[in-house]
Amino acid sequence: MAAPAPLHDAHEADHAHQFEEKEQQREAGSLGMWTFLVTEVMFFGGLFCAYVIYRSLHPHGFELGSHLLEVKFGATNTAVLICSSLTMALAIRSAQVGKSKATIITFLVLTMLLGLTFIGVKLYFEWYHDYLDHIVPGIDFVYRPEWGSFAPEVQMLMVFYFFMTGLHALHMVVGIGILTVLTIMAARGRFSPRYYAPLEISGLYWHFVDIIWIYLFPLLYLIGGRYSTGGH
Amino acid sequence: MSEHVVPVKTYVGVFVALICLTALTTGAAYIDMGRFNTVVALAIAVVKMMLVVLFFMHLKYSSGMTRIVVIAGIFWLGLLISLTLADELTRHWTPNAGPWGLLLPFLHF
Repeated sequence: MAAPAPLHDAHEADHAHQFEEKEQQREAGSLGMWTFLVTEVMFFGGLFCAYVIYRSLHPHGFELGSHLLEVKFGATNTAVLICSSLTMALAIRSAQVGKSKATIITFLVLTMLLGLTFIGVKLYFEWYHDYLDHIVPGIDFVYRPEWGSFAPEVQMLMVFYFFMTGLHALHMVVGIGILTVLTIMAARGRFSPRYYAPLEISGLYWHFVDIIWIYLFPLLYLIGGRYSTGGH
Repeated sequence: MSEHVVPVKTYVGVFVALICLTALTTGAAYIDMGRFNTVVALAIAVVKMMLVVLFFMHLKYSSGMTRIVVIAGIFWLGLLISLTLADELTRHWTPNAGPWGLLLPFLHF
């Protein structure tokens, strides 16, 4: 890159003055976000690690507990999140190739609606019905006779279920907040093929939250014994 | 994050693969494979994660530096889980009755 211009105009230059070139600026932004995501991996990792230990100690209780969760809602929500990852990727691509403001906004709003669908299914069809079924530890948890001596272990699985899906849903809520800001920025015409870093960075976050769910779904909903009891 | 523009066809292909794998993992849960149910479920989850990371998160088109950060993250998670299990799963192992075992009755821990 040539020597920096004496008068730096942030709106004219294609990169901020502390960077050598545009590509370096992109790299720094993306790397920063990935570093944050690694801290998030460790944040969720603590829960996953605790889950692995308790499941190895109480395999049968965890299987019984898993049967309390409805596979159909878990699977539906997985599909909903994958759709939202696609629309998010397409929103970024639209900005990259210089599609109209309306196209970017459409994809962002679709992503947001899919995210809200996920949270809606979780809140109403799952958590609310869990509450009605008296299987929410700490609030209302009633031991069932068919669990026998495994009842405390079943409760332990539900503790993991609520903490893990709760923390995940919290990340979804934050993601929807970020998408709201992005939509406003898009409406103001802030994004172009020259500048779409906020979209790209937020996309990384959104996809990361999707990946967490990709692991939560089999680990919570699909563990052992579905074939023997039929489950839900 | 490179300037690489991923074709829509690639995104849609990845999307279709992810949906198929979700159906596959759900179906596999209803087949009795013994302890391999968990192995299969996690293997499918890893494939799905790789698809998302490589294509949706553009890691396939990212610099070596970014890849190292991602690999370090996964490596550290592996350390967290494997070292914790190395402790937890071996706690009930009986002490090795070697010559030192003869001293056990005289030692007060």
